[in-house]
Parts: sequence; structure tokens; C-alpha cells
Amino acid sequence: MSTIAQKRGFGAVLWEYLTTVDHKKIAHLYLFAGGFFFILGGIEAMIIRIQLIKPNNDFVSAGLFNEMLTMHGTTMIFLAAMPLLLGFMNAIMPLQIGARDVAFPFLNSLGFWLFFFGGVFLNLSWFLGGAPDAGWTSYASLSLASEGHGIDFYVLGLQISGFGTLMGGINFLVTIINMRAPGMTYMRMPLFTWTTFVASSLILFAFPPLTVSIFMMMFDRLFGSNFFDASMGGNTIIWEHFFWIFGHPEVYILILPAFGIFSEIFAVFSRKRLFGYSSMVFATVLIGFLGFMVWAHHMFTTGLGPIANAIFAVATMAIAVPTGIKIFNWLFTLWGGSIKFTTPMLWGIGFIPSFLMGGVTGVMLGAAAADYQYHDTYFVVAHFHYVIVGGVVFSLFAATHYYWPKMFGTMLNEFLGKITFVLFFIGFHLTFFIQHFLGLWGMPRRIFTYLPGQGLDTGNFVSTIGAFLMAAGVIVILINIIMTSVKNEKVGNDPWGDGRTLEWAISSPPPFYNFKQLPLVRGLDAYWIEKMEGKKGMIPAEPLGDVHMPNNSFVPFVISLGLFIAAFGVMYQADEGNTWGIPVIILGLAITFGSMLARSLRDDHGYHIHKEDLMDDNDKGVKA
Amino acid sequence: MHAEEKMTLEKWPASPEKQTLEGKNKFVGFWLFLGGETVLFASLFATYLALKDSVPNSDMPLAKDLFEIPLVFTMTMILLTSSLTSVYAMYHMKNFNFKKMQLWLVITVLLGLSFLGLEIYEFNHYVHEFGHTFTSSAFSSAFYTLVGFHGAHVAFGLAWILALVIRNNKRGLNLYNAPKFYIASLYWHFIDVVWVFIFTVVYLMGMVG
Amino acid sequence: MTNEQLNSGNPRVDIEYRRKKNAEEMKHQVISFALMIFLTLVAFVAVAYEGFSGWFIVPFILILAVVQVIFQLYYFMHMSNEGHEAPKLFMYSGMVVGFVTIICYMTIIWW
Repeated sequence: MSTIAQKRGFGAVLWEYLTTVDHKKIAHLYLFAGGFFFILGGIEAMIIRIQLIKPNNDFVSAGLFNEMLTMHGTTMIFLAAMPLLLGFMNAIMPLQIGARDVAFPFLNSLGFWLFFFGGVFLNLSWFLGGAPDAGWTSYASLSLASEGHGIDFYVLGLQISGFGTLMGGINFLVTIINMRAPGMTYMRMPLFTWTTFVASSLILFAFPPLTVSIFMMMFDRLFGSNFFDASMGGNTIIWEHFFWIFGHPEVYILILPAFGIFSEIFAVFSRKRLFGYSSMVFATVLIGFLGFMVWAHHMFTTGLGPIANAIFAVATMAIAVPTGIKIFNWLFTLWGGSIKFTTPMLWGIGFIPSFLMGGVTGVMLGAAAADYQYHDTYFVVAHFHYVIVGGVVFSLFAATHYYWPKMFGTMLNEFLGKITFVLFFIGFHLTFFIQHFLGLWGMPRRIFTYLPGQGLDTGNFVSTIGAFLMAAGVIVILINIIMTSVKNEKVGNDPWGDGRTLEWAISSPPPFYNFKQLPLVRGLDAYWIEKMEGKKGMIPAEPLGDVHMPNNSFVPFVISLGLFIAAFGVMYQADEGNTWGIPVIILGLAITFGSMLARSLRDDHGYHIHKEDLMDDNDKGVKA
Repeated sequence: MHAEEKMTLEKWPASPEKQTLEGKNKFVGFWLFLGGETVLFASLFATYLALKDSVPNSDMPLAKDLFEIPLVFTMTMILLTSSLTSVYAMYHMKNFNFKKMQLWLVITVLLGLSFLGLEIYEFNHYVHEFGHTFTSSAFSSAFYTLVGFHGAHVAFGLAWILALVIRNNKRGLNLYNAPKFYIASLYWHFIDVVWVFIFTVVYLMGMVG
Repeated sequence: MTNEQLNSGNPRVDIEYRRKKNAEEMKHQVISFALMIFLTLVAFVAVAYEGFSGWFIVPFILILAVVQVIFQLYYFMHMSNEGHEAPKLFMYSGMVVGFVTIICYMTIIWW
């Protein structure tokens, strides 16, 4: 096994990626798979917007529209935004704390393949009798009434990919707890690492309720149980509570890493230390904590009673405080800095006002009494797109430009990058700003068409034009990626010139063992400190020695494949007269548990890179 | 110290489960997983409490009609004892006494199996005596899901411990498999923790009414 | 990797010392097991004895369960030992999240 090989056949590369346990390669997998699903979700969004461009449009039928909007939301949240962020966490976080690898390389790979097979399973619904159509929230009464297997695809696909995400979360937590380089105390960790830590804790606690509720939905739909069926004593509200006990932390799982990415970018391109580092850490932890106390603000109109509504309204508004701390810290970081307007920085500058608007409408929605007016209108749609697109997607674009050289060793074109920004930024505000007003004028969300002459025509038309601009922006970045990859001009350790954190101290892309010698960290912005003292690289914290590495493994792929197969059995065994369902479940689970057992029965000690081999490629590794 | 090194009594460290980086990672990672499991079971408990005695018509059995003290008490005693036997196994692991560790683990597995057997008998009893099936009411669905999830954890734990006992029978103790034994015993204790709440909240509180 | 072994230079002495310490710890484990069995008995008896009202029994057996779980976590699972900061943080966070969920399901799911 060697990653120093130069030209290899396609088959060898494919096999390497199928079996890899290297966090940097898994990051590539997350990036490509997440990018693919992002495009898919984007196409679904375009179909939604084209349908709504004019009143009484019949571009898609009402049923297909429901499937589109359900799959758009589900795909974007579970299969695009989260995997893309997990990809950047995988690529960067271990480097930022000076670790050679993540804590559980095998689980890391398993997490990816579970996500991937779950996502594929969910999207196969398009070809196997229709996609889920009860909205991404899939509220129980509606989804129990939904015919066909659409909701079953949703349930089983999300269950499989949810297991993968949970593994990813635990893996990152343990990596940060146990594998920081010497001197890397908690309060010296870069903010992206901190936000990864808090977001991973949220994953750990938010995914179990989702797992439970998805199991219940599966039992109700496929095995005849009665959790949500009021006629049998069940209660449909239970699903709503579980969904939002998971769903609200979920949006913080998305936005916290985005905050982390922008915190890095602001500090680097303002060429200043991040303002108020410790208050940023505090605010991150506080947001994570409060994130679990506010879920019922999605359910004000279900009739929880005035006391519950009041408690959750107050808790919701309290979140504006730590978020406000962050916004001001970013502004103070910019203030007086020697700012470079690179593409990532443009996204950052665009992010502050855009996200702030989403935050303000969030507080508006958090006022329970007012929420009765806004509930289920386009105002809500505008609000969450301002936070998710204006926050998360902006950060993903920023991170793509910012970390591309670290991940692939070559810079994306800055000119095209700025064009992407301008197109997307204008398109974004054009699409969603007007939707606030559409909502206030009375347009309900998830509606597939509207009548002319109700004052909704112009607004929807403007919104659709904006969507096309966003699509154009995405096309430009794709062209940019292809062009850059073809040219493939290699760059050095610190291509932006102002890198502050450890990932910029090693080559781009880093060698597969990351750090030849673990670096000694002497403070916040460890690499910057050494640069300011005129040193070329980090001070090593240990003598050059053998490096222990894990073996590649194909088992994660097989484990995930087994669950993928079993899911078909679970779904179709409920059909009348089906005979092959149960055997397929048994086969799939046998593959999964059999391969788990096979792995655990043999000793896998990994291998060592010997000291002498490390000395040979001195020019490739860290000059430490 | 390398994980694959052959161990002797003299070299055996005080905390064998935390000697290697892999061991430390497994240790912390598994505790975090248990933190997540806490939320998972709390969610199941919450559902059970919300749907307790929620049945479509009044002929159906409620919690106070179903549960009987002797059976639950026996199951509780068996599971609590199996927790102690796995503590004994870990005690012998620390003393580098492989044979005795294996013996206590096998006893743990046997106790776990008898618990599982009683649970199957219990479910069977409810189904046949009371018509209390998984699909009969929201209450029954919630009950079987909560207790069944616990039972599935027991079954998985048994398979896990058994696999460890068999795979290491020829290998003996070393720093590679010590963390594996240790986290398996943590898992077994956690199963017991959950059962403490199940017998209190589901069975005892169910009998109180 | 640092070796946490207690070192007197003579391996035999160390082993004897550690054996004694482990045996002592095991004794504590058995005592806590006896207490757990006792608490369980009390809980079952409280329910079996028909004289108490539900308002007394329910909080009483819940407290017994909590005490018993503390024994499990702190003695059987060694959460009282050093090096358990992360486990404690995440177990307690999990308990808080779980507790909030249960409280919610018992109070605001009412129709």
C-alpha cells in the first residue's frame, strides 16, 4: 500500500477509494458524493421554481411537485449539506489539531459508505414507484396515509445514512479529545475544530431520537404497530416532537461548522487574530446547549398550550444572544484588519448580512403569538433559506475555494470564483428576499400552484429568475473545478500566504501520514506564531520515529451494502403476497453481521512506516 | 508498548485497557456511544410513558393487568447478577488471569441467555394469555418496542461477548484485546442500567397503576 | 505511550501490591452489589405490599432506581476513577437531553 505511486490505472484508483481509511481520501469521497447530491437537490429546486414561475402552471403535476419538494429538502439537508460539511471536517480538522489520523479510521470509512448507500437507496425511489411526498418533515398522519413505497424509501434511507452520521460524530469527538498534538490545549484549538466538536456532540445526542422515531414510523407503516394511529390509541404528535428534537439540533449541526469555517477565513484574510476567541468558543458551546431546549418552536400552532409556547419562545429568542456575540466578533475581526478580498473572503462578507437577516426573521418567528400568522407560509421558507443558504451553503462555497488547495494541491481560479459569488449572491437574494413578502401576502408553503390576480404573480416570477442566477453560479464553479483540475498547477504549503493554523504548515495535499513528526503547539494560531518568529515550519515535538498506520479495508463497503440489500427486503415484505422479502432481509443482515464478525475475528494491527522511509521523502513531508 | 506484543504477568500494566492509543480511543468512543444510547432509551421511555395504557377499547389489558411480580423479580435478579459476574471477569483481567476471566464471561453469557429465555417466555405469555400483541394497540406497540429494544441489546451483547471469548481462546490476553473485553463489559453494565429503569418504570410503576 | 505502571523496580513486589489493591476494589464491588440487590428488594416489596399509596411508591422506587444506577455507573463502570472526564461530560449531557425529552412527553403530549 502506497500513496506515493504516480500514475496508476483507473481500477487501482477506484479500489483505493473503495477501501481507503485515510481521512483525506474519505473527505474527497464526501465532497464528491455530497456535491453530486447537491446538484440533484438543486435540479429539484429548479423544477419547483419553474413550476411556480407563473400562475396555473402545469410544468409538473401536483403529486410530482410534492415529491420534488420533499426530495429537495431531504436531499439538501441529509445528503448534501451535512456530508459536505463532514467532508471538510474530515479533510481539515485532524490537520488543525496536529493528528496523524482520526481516532477510528475504519469507522470513518464505514460512516461514509452508510451515508452513501442510504442516499442511493433514498433516490432509487424515483425509479421504483415514486419518491416520498410528505415533506422533509414527513409528519406522521400525512406520511401514514401516503400510498406506495415513497415514505418507506425515506424511512429506510435516512435510517441507514443516519447510522453513518452518528459514527462520524463519535469519531470526530474522540479524535479531538484524544489525539491533539502536544501543546494543543482545548483553548488553543482553531475555531473550526471547536465547532466540529460541538456539532459532533449535537450529532451524538440528536440522532438517537431520529433513529427511534424512524423505527416507529417503519413499524407503523410496515409492521402494523400503532404509534401514530389515533384510532388505535396512538398519537401523531409524538412524531412531530421527535422530528424536531432531532431537527432543531440538526440545523445547528449544519450552521456551527459554517461559523467555524468563516471564523478561520475572517482571521486569515483580515490578517488578524480572531477577535474574542474565548467568547466565540463560549458562544458555540452555548448555542449547542440551547439548541436542545427550543425544538417546540416548530410546533407552536399544534396547541401545546400557552405555558409551553411561552417557555419555548423565550428559549428561542435567547439563542440570538450567543449568535449576536459571534456576529460582533466577526465584525471586530474585520475592523482594522488588512483585508484581502479573495473569493472565500467575499463569501464571508456576503454571509454576515445574509445570515443576520435569517436570524432576525428567526426571532420574529420565535414570537409564538406572531408565529400563528407566519406559520406554513412562504415567510418560513424565506427564513430558513436565509439561514441555510445564506449561512451553510455560503460557507460550503467559501470552504471549497479556501480548502481546495489543501485538499487537492491546486488553487481554484480566483476570477471565476468571484463570478460564482456575484451570480449566486445576487440570485440568492433575488430568489428569497421576495419570498418573505409572498408569505406575508398569504402564499402558503408547499403549494404547487396559485391563481392569477392574487398579487403573487410578480413575486414568484422574480423569485424564479433569481433561482436561475444561482444555478448559473453553480455551473461556473463546476467549470472552475474542471479547468483547475485539468491545469493542475501545484502549490506549496501555504498558498494563501497568511495561513494561521497547523494545516497550512504541511504540504498541499498532505502526505498520507500527515505529520512526519508531531508538531509542538505554542499557542493559538500555532503556525502563525512560528512564522512571526521567522521560522519556516513547526518545531517538532518528538524525534523522528516509525509511524503507525491502519490497513485499508473493503469491509465497510460490504457492511453498508448488506444493510442496503436488507432495506429492500424490509420494504417489500409488507406487500401482499410477497414471498422474497424475508429471505432478502436475512441475506442482507447476514452480509452485514457476517462481515462485521469476519473483521473482528482476525487481528488487524495495521503497519508501520519505517523511520528510514520517512527520511527518503524529506522534500515531500513536513520540514519539522 | 506495542499492541501485538506477547504479554507476561510481569509486563502486564495496571490499566491494560488504556495502554495503547487504540485502547484509549475505544474507551472514550464507547462511553460517548453510551451517552447517545442514553438518549435513545430515554426517547423510548418517553414514548412508552406518553402511550401507556392508551388502548382503542376498554377490553384490552392494561399494564396493571399484565405484569406479575415473580417473573420480573427473577429476571431482574438474573441480570443484576450477570453484571457482577462481568465485574469479576474484569477483575481477573486486571490480574492477568485469562482462564478465570473467560470462565466468568461464560457465566455472564449463560445468565444473559436465561434472562433472554425468560423474556421470550414473558412476551409469549402476554400474546397468548391476553392477546397483547405488537399490533393490538399503541400501548402494546410502545411496550414491545421499549422492552424489545432492550432485549435486542441483550442479544447483541451476548453475541459480542461470546465472539470475544471464542476468538481469544487461543490468543490469550494482550494489549490488543484487553480494550475489547473492557468495552464489552461496559456495554453489559449499561444494559443493566437500562433494565433498572425498565423494571422500575414499566413493571413496578405499571403494577402500581 | 506512557506506562501508568506503579514502579518499585521489582516486578514481583508491584504485582503483589496491585493484586492486593484489585482484591480490595473487588470487595467494594461485592458490597455495592449487595446494596443494589437490597435496593431492588425494597422496591419490589414496596410495590407488593398493598398498604402504600401510589403517590408514595412511585417517587420512592424512582429514587431507588436512580441510586442503583449511580452504583452501576460509579462502581461497576468505574466512572469514579480518574480519566473519566469525557465519559462524565457526555453521560450527563445525554441524561439532560433524555430527561428533557421525558418531561416533555409526560407534560405537553396531552391530547
